[in-house]
Amino acid sequence: MYDIIVIGGGHAGCEAALAPARMGLKILLVTAKISKIAHMPCNPSIGGPAKGIVVREIDALGGEMGRNTDKSHIQMRLLNTGKGPGVQALRAQADKVDYPKNMQTTLLNQQNLTIIEEMVDDLIIEDKKIIGVLLENREKYFAKAVIITAGTYLQAKIMLSNEKWSSGPDDEKPSLNLSDNLRNLGFETLRLKTGTPPRVAIDTIDYSKTEIQRGDMEYHAFSYDTTDYKPLENQVPCYLTYTNLDTHEIILKNLSKSSMYGAIENIDSKGPRYCPSIEDKIVRFNDKTRHQIFLEPESIHIPEIYVQGFSTSLPKDVQDIMIHTIKGLENCRIVRYAYAIEYDAIDPTQLWATLESKLIENLYFAGQVNGTSGYEEAAGQGLMAGINAALKIKGKAPFILKRNEAYIGVMIDDLVTKGTQEPYRLLTSRAEYRLLLRHDNADMRLRDYGYKFGLIDKSRFQKFTNKKAKIENELNRLSNIKILPTNDVNNYLNSNESAVLKDSITALNLLKRPEISYCNIMDLLNEETLLTKAEIQQIEIQIKYEGYIKKTISLVEKMNKLEDKKLSVDIDYLKIPNLALEAKTKLNKIKPLTIGQAKRISGVNPSDISILLVYLESYRKK
Amino acid sequence: MFDETIVAVSTAFGEGAISIIRLSGSEAINIVNKVFKGKNLMDVKSHTINYGHIINIEDGFAIDEVLVSVMKSPRTYTAEDIVEINCHGGIFVTNKIMELLLTLGARVAEPGEFTKRAFLNKRIDLTQAESVMDLIQAKTEESLNVAVNALDGRVSKLIKNLREEVLSLIASIEVNIDYPEYDDAIVISKKILKPSIEEIIKKIDEILEVAKTGKILRDGIKTVIVGRPNVGKSSLLNKLMREEKAIVTEIAGTTRDLIEGYINIAGITLNLIDTAGVRDTEDVVEAIGVERSKKVINEAELIILVLDNNEVLTKDDIKLLEITEHKKRIILINKVDLESKIEKNKIDNYIETSMLDDDSIIKVEQKIKEIFELGDFKTKDLTYLSNSRHIAKLNNAKNSLTESLISIENEMPVDMIEIDIKDAWIFLGEILGEEVGDELINELFSKFCLGK
Repeated sequence: MYDIIVIGGGHAGCEAALAPARMGLKILLVTAKISKIAHMPCNPSIGGPAKGIVVREIDALGGEMGRNTDKSHIQMRLLNTGKGPGVQALRAQADKVDYPKNMQTTLLNQQNLTIIEEMVDDLIIEDKKIIGVLLENREKYFAKAVIITAGTYLQAKIMLSNEKWSSGPDDEKPSLNLSDNLRNLGFETLRLKTGTPPRVAIDTIDYSKTEIQRGDMEYHAFSYDTTDYKPLENQVPCYLTYTNLDTHEIILKNLSKSSMYGAIENIDSKGPRYCPSIEDKIVRFNDKTRHQIFLEPESIHIPEIYVQGFSTSLPKDVQDIMIHTIKGLENCRIVRYAYAIEYDAIDPTQLWATLESKLIENLYFAGQVNGTSGYEEAAGQGLMAGINAALKIKGKAPFILKRNEAYIGVMIDDLVTKGTQEPYRLLTSRAEYRLLLRHDNADMRLRDYGYKFGLIDKSRFQKFTNKKAKIENELNRLSNIKILPTNDVNNYLNSNESAVLKDSITALNLLKRPEISYCNIMDLLNEETLLTKAEIQQIEIQIKYEGYIKKTISLVEKMNKLEDKKLSVDIDYLKIPNLALEAKTKLNKIKPLTIGQAKRISGVNPSDISILLVYLESYRKK
Repeated sequence: MFDETIVAVSTAFGEGAISIIRLSGSEAINIVNKVFKGKNLMDVKSHTINYGHIINIEDGFAIDEVLVSVMKSPRTYTAEDIVEINCHGGIFVTNKIMELLLTLGARVAEPGEFTKRAFLNKRIDLTQAESVMDLIQAKTEESLNVAVNALDGRVSKLIKNLREEVLSLIASIEVNIDYPEYDDAIVISKKILKPSIEEIIKKIDEILEVAKTGKILRDGIKTVIVGRPNVGKSSLLNKLMREEKAIVTEIAGTTRDLIEGYINIAGITLNLIDTAGVRDTEDVVEAIGVERSKKVINEAELIILVLDNNEVLTKDDIKLLEITEHKKRIILINKVDLESKIEKNKIDNYIETSMLDDDSIIKVEQKIKEIFELGDFKTKDLTYLSNSRHIAKLNNAKNSLTESLISIENEMPVDMIEIDIKDAWIFLGEILGEEVGDELINELFSKFCLGK
C-alpha cells in the first residue's frame, strides 16, 4: 500500500513524485522506462518569458526543475533585459542527455520513492474514490491517491504525410486503454495535436552561413540555491538562419501531402496557434518572404541539432528537399524527421484548483494530459498536484496559488475556470498582475510555502530569510539617510547627468531617479555595499517602480475581496431561480470555489454575480 | 462592505424641478467633496444638509447650485456612507454632475445595487432576499434594453476602432515581451509609442468634442439674456415666444435660479435662465447688482447681451461688456431702425437687430451655430455620445493614456508604460460593454507569426 501512485515519469510526474516523497509520504512512480524519465521529446530549451518564471516558482516552492536545469544546461540567457523587471526571464538550452540523467539520479536517490517500469491500464475505483491502479501486466497497486501525468501518451498517434500510426513521442509506446477507461468513468476528453521539427546531423551544417547566438557571459541560475556555476566559456551557441522563397514554393507545391492539409482526412484535433507548422506559417502569413529558423544543439553528447521553426507533417522526401533550400543547411542530413502527434487530454474544467478531479475523489491530473503544452507548465502542475495530494492525505488545507501569487496560479486558474481549446501555453500577457510575478522575486512570493510544506529545508530557508531581512533593513536605512546638497554631492550628480540638489533628500528618494543606481548611492555615501546583486536588484525594483507596483497591488486587493467570498461546492445553481440559464449551467459545471473565480467564468455576467452574492448571504444565514 | 462607490440618479430623468444624485460607498463623501464648493464635507456632521455649488474641475466654474445631504455609515439605507446631491432637474446639469463623479472614481450603480448593498450589509431583512434577487433580475433586463439603445451605432464604431488601435499597440508590445527574438516582434521604442498614443488621445478629444456638441443639441444651452432696462430684452423674448418656439415655459420658481423656458432655435434648445425675481424690473444689473449678475453670467453657457442703438454706452453697458468678455456671447445692437448714437467702434463682433424683424432672428440663429461650432448638424442624424457614463469612461481612457505619456517622459521601460495603455483599453471596452477575454492573445497569434 502506497500513499500516492504517480502515473508517468515526465516533467509533471517527476515533481508530482518528488514533492510528496519529500513531505514524508510513500510514493510509487509507474513509468514505461526509467531511462526515459524527464526526457525532452521536443525542443531542448527550458525557460523563456513566463515559463522561466514558472521554473523559478517551482524552485522557490522546493521543486526540482530549476536545480536540475542548473546542473544540466549548455547555455543560459536572461531575456528581455532591455525591458522592465516584470518581464525578464531566464532561458536555458538544456542538455537532452544530462537533464534526464540528472533527474533520474535525483529520483532514484529519493527516500520514500519507488519506481517501477510498467504501464497503467485501468484505475481501481470504489465508491467514487480511487483506491489503486491496474497495470498492463494485470498486477494491482493500491494507494490513497493517484496522480495521472500521462503527457501526450493517451491514445497517441503520430502523423506524417498520409500515414498515421499509434505511437507516443519518439517511437515510445502509447497508452492505449487509459483514456477509454477515463471516458467510461465520465471524463470528457479533448483531442489535441502538436508537432516537432526535424533534427539534423551537426557535422552536415555550414554554420558560416548563419548568425551565431551565444549565451550570456554572466552567471545565471534558475535555482535560488545554486552556488556551483558551469564555466561560461563551455556554453554552446545556437545559430539563426532563415527560410526563403524557394523553401516556400516547395512547401506550397507539396501542401496537399501534409497531414494537416488533406493528406489525412478528418483530422479534428486542435493544434496550438503559438506552435504553427512551417506550412501553417507560409499559408497564414503569405506576405512574409522569410521565416526564422533557430538551430539549437540538443546535447554535447549527441551530434544532433534541433531545427526550431521547421515543424511539419510533410513526407520525408519533401522534408529533405525543403530543408536543403535553407542557407547553411544545403547539405544537411536529417537524422530524425519531423512529425505531428495527436493525443487525448482531459477537459481541465473537470478539476478543482487543487488538480483533483471532481468526478473521482483522490484522483489528480497534471501536465499535458490537462491540455497544456511545455515542460515548465507540466512541472508546475505536477508539483501542485503532488503537494495537494499529500496535504489531503495529511488532512491539511489545500494549497491554491492565487493569480497574484504565481504564474502557476494563473495557469491552474485559467485551466480549471476557463478550460482550453488548444494546448495551453503560459504567456506573460495571461497574467494581469505580472509586475508582481517577477523572475527576481519568486522566492519572496513562495519560499514561505515551500518551507511550510517541508520542501525547503532549514538551511535553505535560513538563507532566504537572511536575504529578506537584509533587503528590508537596507530599505529602512536608506529612508533614514539624508543626503545634503553639498558641492561634492552636486558635482557627483552633475557628472552622472542627474539634476543637482537644492535641499537635502533621503537616499531612498534619490534612488527613485531613473538615472541613479544603488551603486551611485553607495558612491555618494562612500560605502562598500555588503549586499548581493540579487538583493540590490530587489531594492532598486521596489523603489524605482513603487508607483506601478502600488497600482497593481490595489487591483489585487480589489480582486481578493471577491476571492475571500467562498462558494460551497454543494450549491446547486440550477435551483437559484434568478440566475441566467447560461450562468446556471456553467456554474454547475465549474463549481467555482470563490465569487472571484465565478466572475472569471465566461458567460457569467455581473448581474449573476450580484444574485449570487445575495444568495450567498441568505444561504449562509439559513 | 464593498469597495467601490456607486452613483445613480435616483429621480426620474429629465423631468421635475429637482434631480437627486445618490452615492453610496466609502469614498462617497470624499468624491463629492472634490467638486463641492461650500463647507468641507469631510468635516460636516452626519445627516446634515449643506448648501453650496458643484464646480467643474477643468475651469473652476460652478455647474449648479446644490444642496448636499451627507449621511454617514452605518445609519443609512445601504449602511454605507451616502451622499445625496439635490441639483436642478435639467438633463444637462444632472449629466454633467454624473460625469464629474464618474471621472473621479465613482461607478454607475448596477441595477438594484443600492438595495443589494442594503441587504448584504444587513439593513434589509433576510426574508427579503428573494425579492432583492427578483429586483436585480428585473432591473437588469430593463437596463439591458436601455443600454442597447444608449450607444449610437456610429459612436460605438468609432470607439471600437479606437480600442482596436490601442489593442494593436498593446499587442506589439506584448509580442516583443513573449517572443523577444522573433522577426515579427519589432522592439516598440518610445519613438513609435509616443506619436501613436498622442494620435489616439487626439481622436478621443475629437469624440469628446463631438459629444459636447451632441449634448448641446440634445440638452440645450444654458442661456441668459442681459441688458439695461428698455433695450429690448423682453421684445426679443416675446418675439421668440410669439413664433411659438417655446417648448416649455414657466416652471414654478423657488428661491433659486431656475430655467424659465426652453426656446428652440434651428433645432438648438436655449434654456433660458430666469434671473429670479428680476423680471419685473427687467434690469439685472440694477436689481441684483453687478456681483449677482456676474454669478448668473458665470453659470450660463451663452450670454445674449442687448444694447440700445439709440443711446450712448452707459457705465452699466460697459460693465456688462467687461464681465461677459470671456464667455460665449452674442452682442445685439438693437433698435437699428432708430438713430444710431452708440459708439460702435468700442464694440467688436455685434449683430444689428430690430426686434420686429424676422431677419434679426435668423442672424441670431446663425451666430449661435457659429459660436458652438455646430455647423450643419441636424439633430436627427447625429453621432454623439450622450451618456455621462460613457463620457466619463472616455475621459478615464484619456487620462490613462496621458499617464502613459508621463511614463514615457520618465524613461520607464515599455512594460511599465503599457500598464496605463492597458487601462485605457479596459476603459474603452467598458464603454462598449466588452469584457477583457482572450482578445489580446487572439490578436497576438493572428497578427504575428510566432512559434517553433
